[in-house]
Order: sequence, then C-alpha cells, then structure tokens
Amino acid sequence: MGVLRYVAKRIGLYLAVLFIGLTITFMLPRLMPINPVDGYIGQLQSRANGTLTSEAIAEMRTNLEQLYGLNGNVFTQYVSYLKRVVVDFDFGPSFTYYPQPVSAMILNALPWTLGLLLTATFIAWVLGNMVGLVAGYFHKKRAASILEFLGILLYPIPYYILAITLLLLLAYIFPVFPLSPTFPVGQMTPEKLGMIFYNSLLPGITLVLAGFGWNILSMKALAVATTEEPYVTYARLKGASNWTRMMRYVFRNALLPQVTALALSLGMVFNGALLTEMIFSYPGIGLIMRTAATGGDYNVLYGAITLSIIAVATAGLVIDLIYPLLDPRIRHK
Amino acid sequence: MTMSKDIDPIVMAVPAAPLSKRRKGSLAWLLNVRLAIGLAILLIMGLGSLILPFFATVDPSIQSSFMRNMPPSAAHWLGTNSLGQDIFWFLVFAIRNSLALGVLVACGVTLVATIVGLSAGYIGGRFERFVMLIVDTFITIPLLPILIILGALIRGNTSFFTVGIIIIIFGWAWDARTVRSMALSLREREFINMARFSGANTMQIIAREIFPYVSAYMVVGFINVVLFAINTEATLAVIGLSKVEVPTLGSIIFWALNYNALFTGQYVWLVAPIIATVTLFLGLFLTSTGFNQAFASKRGVS
Repeated sequence: MGVLRYVAKRIGLYLAVLFIGLTITFMLPRLMPINPVDGYIGQLQSRANGTLTSEAIAEMRTNLEQLYGLNGNVFTQYVSYLKRVVVDFDFGPSFTYYPQPVSAMILNALPWTLGLLLTATFIAWVLGNMVGLVAGYFHKKRAASILEFLGILLYPIPYYILAITLLLLLAYIFPVFPLSPTFPVGQMTPEKLGMIFYNSLLPGITLVLAGFGWNILSMKALAVATTEEPYVTYARLKGASNWTRMMRYVFRNALLPQVTALALSLGMVFNGALLTEMIFSYPGIGLIMRTAATGGDYNVLYGAITLSIIAVATAGLVIDLIYPLLDPRIRHK
Repeated sequence: MTMSKDIDPIVMAVPAAPLSKRRKGSLAWLLNVRLAIGLAILLIMGLGSLILPFFATVDPSIQSSFMRNMPPSAAHWLGTNSLGQDIFWFLVFAIRNSLALGVLVACGVTLVATIVGLSAGYIGGRFERFVMLIVDTFITIPLLPILIILGALIRGNTSFFTVGIIIIIFGWAWDARTVRSMALSLREREFINMARFSGANTMQIIAREIFPYVSAYMVVGFINVVLFAINTEATLAVIGLSKVEVPTLGSIIFWALNYNALFTGQYVWLVAPIIATVTLFLGLFLTSTGFNQAFASKRGVS
C-alpha cells in the first residue's frame, strides 16, 4: 500500500515536470523579442547578397511558419507542439544540415552522451561515497581530514575550469592526450573503439573529479551524523567490528539520503556533461547544442532541450523508483 | 577505556573554558580556520577588485590599447593578449564584474526564495503542494540547455544586467526549498510558542526569535548563490553565450580559447583566470562552510 502510493505520487511529479518543462520550452521563443523565422530569413538573405524579392520572402515566411508550426493562435500552436513532440518526437529538419531531421541527429548523439555521463557519474558516486564514508566514520582521526580537504578543494571548482586545467596539464604540458581529439564514426572496429575510449578519458576524468568532491563532502557529513546514532553505539557494545559497523550500520543508512540527492542533482550533473562535451569536442548532445547555438539552428536546440528534460526527469524517476528497494521503511509503511 | 575517559577531569574541563568565553558576547565563536581563510581571500579579492579599477589608466575591455601578445613586464604585469588588452587589468575588472553579478543575483534569489518558501511553509495545504510542484520542476529541469537557448535567442541584444535577471528567474528554486523546510520546522518549535504565549506579537517573534535562527542559513545560502551565479555566467561566457565583451571570469577564458591561447603558448592568458577563479571559489566556499561550522557550534553551546 505504501509503495503504491509512493510510486503514484512520484509518477505524478514526473508527468508534472515533463508538462511544465515542455511548456517552458514552448513559451521561451514566443516571449523573446526575436523571431527565429526572421533570423533565418535574414541569414538566407545575407547569403543571397540581398537579391531576394519581397514576394519570395513573404512566401518563404509562410512556408517556414507552416514548417515550424507557427500558424494559428497560441493555443492551437501549443496543442500541435505537444502532439508533435510527445507523440511523434518530431522537431522538423535542421536549419544547418537541411533536410536532415533533428530527431535523427539527436538520437545519434544520445548514446555518446549517455555512455560518458553514466560511466562517469557511477564512478564518481561510488568513489566519492567510499572516500566520504571513511572520512566521516573516522572523523576524529587526523588522516580523515586530509580526505575531507580533497573534497573541499575539488567541490567549488566549476566544470569548465576543471576541463580546461586538465586539458592544459594532460594535453599541453604533459602531452598524454591529444589537444583536439577525433572521434571516428561509421563501422566500429576494435581500433576505433580503443581510440574512442582513449579520447573519452579526459572528459570522463573531468566529470568524475567534478562529481567526486560533492559526494565526499555530503557523504562525510551524513556519515558523521550517523556514527553518533544509538544503534551504532549498540553495535559497538555488541562487539561488531569496525568494518561491519562502517559498512552495515553507517553506510547503509547514510546511503539513502545520498540516493535522493543524486536524483535531485541529476540536472546539474547533466549540465556539467553538456559543458564538458563542448570543451572537449565530444560528439554528444552538448556539442550539438553548441554548434546549433552558434549557427542559430533553433530546431536542433529545441530538440536537444526537450530530450534533456525528458532524459533528466526519467532518470530521476528511475532512481526514485529504485529507492523503496533500498529503504524498507517505505515498503512497510 | 571509554569509561575512564568520560570521568577524566581534564577532558571535562576543556569544553568548559571556551563556553565561558563565548558567553561574554564577543564574536570569538565565529572564528575558525575555514572562515578565517575564506574571509581573508574574499576581503583581498573583493576590496582589490573594487579599489584597483580607480587606478586603471585604460578601460581593459577596449581592444588594441596596447601591443599584442606581449610577455609579462613591469608595465603589463601579466602581459597583453592577442586583442591588445592588458591581461592583469582585464582580470581585475573580470573579478569585480563577476562578484557584482553574483551579489546582485544572490539578492534577487534570496528575495524570491524567501517569499516563495515562507508563504509555502506557512500557508500550507493545496497552495503549498502546488508551489512545491513548481519548485521541484525547476530543480529537476536542467538549467544549462534553457540558458543556451536563451543565450542563442538574445545574443548581441542582451545587457550584462539581463544575464543576471535570467539567472535569478531560473535559479531561485533550490533556495525556496530550503527556506520552506526551515519554515516548516520553525512553525513547530517550542520557543516560538513560548514567545507567543509570553505576549510577543508577530513582528517581535520574527525579529527576535525567527531571524537570529534563520540568519545563519541565509548567510550560507547567500554565499552559495553568489557561487552559483558567478559559475553560471562564466559557464555561459565560456561557450560565448553571455555578454562576452564585458570582462568576467568566464569571458576572459572565452577569448583565450577563441584565440587559441593553448596552441600559441600564451599560458598566462589562461592560467591567470583559472587561478583567480579557483581562489575566489575556494574563498566563497570556505566562508560558507566556515559560517556553517561556526553557527553549528554556537547552536550546540546554547
């Protein structure tokens, strides 16, 4: 009973997030003083050196408005937008790579982003929690404060600084990695896979380091608080070993808020991944967004942002649905 | 072993001494290592970037003021960049602008978050559930893609101020959540009821009971928003979607990357802002955790 209610509540939040997120995406360009269609026509005209006649421009405008669903009042536009995005997952063609559909471009980039992001987040989470647990459990020892210091040093450093510093250190001063990595496409061969893995290491390390600091600090704080709980004292008096107390008593209980925190911070982790991809020219959603932003390719931008919202919300939902498996208190309520 | 420790008179006496010191009403309890280091960094960087610009001979955002690509010298402490700007002065203005933006955004976010969080916490019911749904949505939605779209749409037509407003619009949710949970826990506290039964009116309760309790969190939250705002603007600037003509900690890196400072061997152009950013962020972070620690130990005493 408790679980059903929890799941229903969580799915309700998920749908609300999707709905509000998509609505914001829909409203943004319409609240802006600039019309993307005007921008596009301006671009075409400058390419044609202003030789376009006004009739041709008017015709092009109606075409574009039809193509991008800009005719009718705001409400009908909204309904058709939701239908197009949710039911058909159709964002129209890309401006820059016309007539390639946006959805295909995004679906091509998605595995890259997911591969990098999931691996790095997983490693950062596991390592960070382990270090944080040790730092928190032995917080009275001097050596533990060194571990915490690592977290303090890493946590406030922004992603782009980490990325550029790593690039500077490991690609320029010590040229272990290439300055501008290439990511081969097409048929995969073992060499190509190796090259992809090798070139993904630098963005991967950036993401791991960035996530690491936060996990250390928050796990440390949780572990310190949990160590003071009476049931840990009871375990100690009962004669449970240090290891058992740390892993089975402190870790299991301190883990739960960490899982919730991960679900909440996914949006930020995703932001970091996008930025890292941009700086390392890693061929994921982030790079697509950057190229689209500089080229004014709005369809691609909307596709990417819609997918981002869906992906982050879904990942949060999945984590929250796993939660009752970890926390028996919800199951038995 | 633990038993003997508990009755050890020396151990017992140790916490008693600072206790009596703290009661004298001095601010000594505020001092801890983190806070001291953090505040020192902030003070130096804040005052430095505030005062130094008055001595600047040239506006560093103007291009071609000097010879290009000069190495560090007495005239140009950090050399000049490929745009003919003095890197040292660009950096000083960058720190000032970034800090100013951070403080401005933090004021806005604190205001919005306090109004939303307090009203949700005190009114409760359907209103609270609706507000929290919006808050959770804003927390969940990845901010960077939205900012990228906004940046692409208004690029060139935006002012530095607008960038700040946009960060406020999309950055208030996390704080609102904190304020609301604080309001919820305060609503149930004994000492509030105690004050009310003793005849204090709402204004007195807010000023004397709630504010001292909440102010610690507000200071910490405020600093964290400053961090967040500087970081967000810099992130946008690094990918060229903020007002990059204005010197900020992000725009300086944007120009350095754009002019391939890495390939041309202009370390200083990249390393100087990196060191400045890391120092500033460390200062802000140490100040915020230092405050947290100081307030926590104070609460533990009283």
